[in-house]
Amino acid sequence: MLIAKFPDIDFAPHPLMTRAEKSHEQLCARVPPERLLEVMRFLRTDDRCNFEQLCDLTCIDYLNFPKARDRYGVIYSLLSITKGHRLWVKCFANDPSPQVPSVVSIWKGANWLEREVWDMFGVRFTGHPDLRRILTWEAFEAHPLRKDYPLRGRGEREDFERITRESA
Amino acid sequence: MGLALPVSPTYQASKEEYLSTKLSYLMDILREKTVNWSRKNSLWPMPFATACCGIELMATGASRYDIARFGAEVMRFSPRQCDLLICAGRVAIKTMPVLQRIYMQMSEPKWVISMGACASSGGVFDTYAVVQGVDQFLPVDVYVPGCPPRPETLLEGVMAIQRIVEKEGVRSSTERGRGMGLVIQPTIQVQVENPTAN
Repeated sequence: MLIAKFPDIDFAPHPLMTRAEKSHEQLCARVPPERLLEVMRFLRTDDRCNFEQLCDLTCIDYLNFPKARDRYGVIYSLLSITKGHRLWVKCFANDPSPQVPSVVSIWKGANWLEREVWDMFGVRFTGHPDLRRILTWEAFEAHPLRKDYPLRGRGEREDFERITRESA
Repeated sequence: MGLALPVSPTYQASKEEYLSTKLSYLMDILREKTVNWSRKNSLWPMPFATACCGIELMATGASRYDIARFGAEVMRFSPRQCDLLICAGRVAIKTMPVLQRIYMQMSEPKWVISMGACASSGGVFDTYAVVQGVDQFLPVDVYVPGCPPRPETLLEGVMAIQRIVEKEGVRSSTERGRGMGLVIQPTIQVQVENPTAN
């Protein structure tokens, strides 16, 4: 259906879990960032799709991943409550300045999820109404869930104002 | 608290003068002892509980362990009314400014207990977001070990604070140091009669 609507996009549809028995019910589709909004709006509004709910929006850093071509994969988990089917949409972005269009205009709930992905992975969402950090503080500069970020940080936790008996 | 005795060799203090000086000296000692004694028996804790240590802190406040036996049952949630900050649980760097502000808002004299492994050293949370010991950013008086500490351990920590209050009193900030190196000395040796029972 998607392929019929957008014949020019290579969705590369594949089942989400290869070994599960009901894997054919959950499909995974790949969408290029420049066509994402168009496809997502179709998925939300079309009568055959009706994906009312954005269950989750997260990201994967494919650094050092075997056979990976792109660095960041933004994952959208869609659910249609009326139709009872699900779809996973992947949208890939790359360094430097990875960018993906924001879907806040389609699903309002994507607002904080996109802020979290921006905070943790540094993927910018173009068109987001309020793209600030959500978990770490404003002065924090790194994106800690990237694979090349050290677990103990880069001195953020040590580099902080100290209070002694004298100063307090 | 010095005794200002007349130093001139030709000066002979009268008996009344001598007695009154001696009396005021005694009064000074008595006043300080009284004040410290009241302070140590009416510590008002400020609970800064962020994790499972907070549960043990609540248990310490409840009837079975009853922190009221040590006069520290008046938990106040305004730092202005407190003189003992109990930092219970791991502290993320994002909350560190909050903790520091709470500490600065407390009125002197004030003491700090770092309760549990996470508050004292970061515990198992050795990540970019967790402070590796609040004593890096705050002057801590007593560290209570445990993960989380049992209520008895926290009570021992409160008693250690009481000993500090009694001994050091209201020494000025510069005299007091950072409070490092103070560990809890167990005063009670527990005799286990039958280890296999219970």
